[in-house]
Amino acid sequence: MNFDPRFSGRQFASVGTRPIRPDGIDKVTGRARYGADFNMAGQLVGRVLRSPHAHAVIKSIDTSKAEKLAGVKAVITAKDLPDLTDGDAAMYDILDNCMARKKALYDGHAVAAVAAIDARIARQALKLIEVEYEVLPHVTDVDEAAHHHAPLINDQVFTEGLEEKPAKPSNVTKRTQFGHGDVHKGFAEADFVVERSFKTEQTHQGYIEPHACVASVNADGTADLWVCTQGHFVYRQHCAQLLGLEASKLRVTSSEIGGGFGGKTHVWAEPVALALSRKAGRPVKLVMTRDEVFRASGPTSATSIDVKIGAKKDGTITAAEATLRYSSGPYAGSWAEIGAMTAFACYKLENVKTVGYEVLVNRPKTAAYRAPSAPMAAFAVESAVDELAKELGMDAVDFRIKNAAQEGTRASYGPVYGPIGIGPTLEAVKHHPHMKAPLKANQGRGMACGFWFNFGGQTCTDLNIGMDGSVSLAVGTVDVGGSRASLSLVAAEELGIDYSHVKAIVADTSSLGYNDMTDGSRGTFSSSMATISAARNAIKILRERAAQTWDIPVEDVHWEKGHAIAKGEKYGNLSPLSLKEIAAASGKTGGPIAGHSELVADGAGVSFATHICDVEVDPETGSTRVIRYTVVQDAGKAVHPTYVEGQYQGGAAQGIGWALNEEYIYGKDGRLQNAGFLDYRIPVCSDLPMIDTQILEIPNPNHPYGVRGVGETSIVPPLAAIANAVSNAVGVRMTHIPMSPPRILAALDAEREG
Amino acid sequence: MAGVAVSTTINGDAVEYLCQPDETLLEVLRDRLGLTGAKEGCGTGDCGACSVIVDGRLVCSCLVLGAEAEGRKVETIEGMAHGDQLHPLQQKFLEHAALQCGVCTPGFLIAAKDLLEKNPSPTEEEIRFGLAGNLCRCTGYDKIVRAVQDAANVMKGA
Repeated sequence: MNFDPRFSGRQFASVGTRPIRPDGIDKVTGRARYGADFNMAGQLVGRVLRSPHAHAVIKSIDTSKAEKLAGVKAVITAKDLPDLTDGDAAMYDILDNCMARKKALYDGHAVAAVAAIDARIARQALKLIEVEYEVLPHVTDVDEAAHHHAPLINDQVFTEGLEEKPAKPSNVTKRTQFGHGDVHKGFAEADFVVERSFKTEQTHQGYIEPHACVASVNADGTADLWVCTQGHFVYRQHCAQLLGLEASKLRVTSSEIGGGFGGKTHVWAEPVALALSRKAGRPVKLVMTRDEVFRASGPTSATSIDVKIGAKKDGTITAAEATLRYSSGPYAGSWAEIGAMTAFACYKLENVKTVGYEVLVNRPKTAAYRAPSAPMAAFAVESAVDELAKELGMDAVDFRIKNAAQEGTRASYGPVYGPIGIGPTLEAVKHHPHMKAPLKANQGRGMACGFWFNFGGQTCTDLNIGMDGSVSLAVGTVDVGGSRASLSLVAAEELGIDYSHVKAIVADTSSLGYNDMTDGSRGTFSSSMATISAARNAIKILRERAAQTWDIPVEDVHWEKGHAIAKGEKYGNLSPLSLKEIAAASGKTGGPIAGHSELVADGAGVSFATHICDVEVDPETGSTRVIRYTVVQDAGKAVHPTYVEGQYQGGAAQGIGWALNEEYIYGKDGRLQNAGFLDYRIPVCSDLPMIDTQILEIPNPNHPYGVRGVGETSIVPPLAAIANAVSNAVGVRMTHIPMSPPRILAALDAEREG
Repeated sequence: MAGVAVSTTINGDAVEYLCQPDETLLEVLRDRLGLTGAKEGCGTGDCGACSVIVDGRLVCSCLVLGAEAEGRKVETIEGMAHGDQLHPLQQKFLEHAALQCGVCTPGFLIAAKDLLEKNPSPTEEEIRFGLAGNLCRCTGYDKIVRAVQDAANVMKGA
């Protein structure tokens, strides 16, 4: 049956309610099993030896002493992970990042690993591995790395995207450009032009659960992997390719996931654990320490961004331009490209140009972090927009409303928008009581807008109806924050039954078809679409069974509120058949009843948010406190509004940490100085106020219920909103994130000295 | 390395185990006793995911040695509900959706239980400082604070 994904504007019975999540009770009683909570018979403990150098040639590795230690069952190096990537450069980078092959490229880069009967012996064994390094000059700063005198991280890299291939290699892997119109003409028409440069430091997703897995490779070529991941099907593909396994013989089960935010979208330890298990002939559990998570997983980019915006006296923006340099770690990325696409996405611009440069540095390979690349670009652009509003003498909200993108606007990154929420979020903010609340001395209010694309992708879902009429829903998108509740609501809605009769699980890779990972805010968007499709397929069978029971044409059987109904006066004597009654008879009417769905969830509606923030800055110490915070965001349709609020609040809190405190600090030796939660301080409960939320619902025309992804956009505006609030509180424009007390004091001193 | 014989009480039950002298209480709970409700988020006492109560005192079990549990009373998340009767904090965390990924939740529940036992009527500020030793990266703490406030009200009325 062809599935029609278009928005239909129906009335909802289940969607929009707030039931308790199906996985909740396990999580409040300690029974939920995360990556490190699973064990297998005969399991060994795996540990990884990591480079202490930011950049070094690995001249030799002697593992003989470690191998002889009693209790050690396997020691591996890159030789045990032979290159099977067959010219796939991206996969080769993943392989090299899992285990350094010729050079160690950052402090923390894996160089060897052991499996032993317990953790103590494994740690002792690491000390017995002798690695001879030839230390090379390193570079960790994004601007220094882009300079032509910088130490080369990979001498095979010649900048892509230039008109001519450059003669010399460089740390800049790629140049990308977006925009339309003529910015020179636009700036010539401007009465006011603001031009500023900004920097943001590298941050980490900071999920509380470190990466963890249990790998078991059997002699017959079959293997099992239990792992905390945002995408077990993608992990299966990558691990199978790197290990030379057939994908169907590697069964990957996603554990409960203790936070990911983009950081659990890439394999690091998993191929190593599989290689250790293959060599030892026993299962291996490999759990990263927190130190390893900071040094050797995938933090976000550090950035350096130049912005120029011009406007006429009436407040119309005539031109906007940005140059964005994003660090990608020692391997090629597309992070500046995404920043260049998102930078001006909130605005209706006739002349716009953005250029992105991807820059290699001796830091861990950059991974996604919630709306990856967008928060830094928004920080730069929204700060400059506020400055321009001030020069024009316009209210910051009114200036944005005047220039906001609308339905039909050609986005700065190319497409033409359908119905979008930027205007409505700005109008909601303009009239929000927060905007009129009084402020005290040293306090300031700021606001900023944010955009994220959202993603759909490949999705596969099974819906099985039990003989008692209860429903099992098997989805393949990992539940990172309550999607099993949302998807159960959707199944209940479509079937017309109560939420309590649906139980959703995340199926393993051998039980369901391929699913892309939970990223791009796609979990609820795409799996709800697949669930609706699967439920409609099941309803078709339910109607057929009822028709068979009644011996009438199936066309005369309708499905309403959980019942098959015979339509037409001639059927007046036929009582409706409930789902439960049809299911109970299924053994005699043709067997089990199920609905399946395999689709590509196209049409993820773009997402916009506007945030308001009040801060208080202590001019003596430079310390900044957020004292009030409001998030206004378009959800399309909030399937489970409480979890939508949770996404808004969580993204805002992460943004607050990024804006004020969090940063990777590297020493001159290229080593990470603050690889722990004591020195890399994420916001704690006493740092934050309540975070107010307002959900707007501008339906996505490409989803039956109007759903848009909601998970990521909430981290986009905070950096800028807080920077604007600080600027309004103390009169200095902060251009370097995080706005830690020393940076704010330095800015205040500079202002005083004029 | 010779093991240390330990006799202790965990969630009201007498428990005996052998552990290494340098083994943490968290390792004993998780790896020897199968009590995996306490989580290791950092191993350095910074995140609170491994919170347990030892003789009425809230501790990070990653900073306590297994041998130190000798003769003491240890309370973990696995003992918080009475049979199928959830503790009011557990119930309110569910009702308020005070968890997203849930990995910090056992630690927050133990810390909140300790807080309410010592201060049954905490202000919002007292809750925020009382739970400042526990990291949550998903929720922004808003719904956690509200759940604790609601649970405190329920417990006072009980």
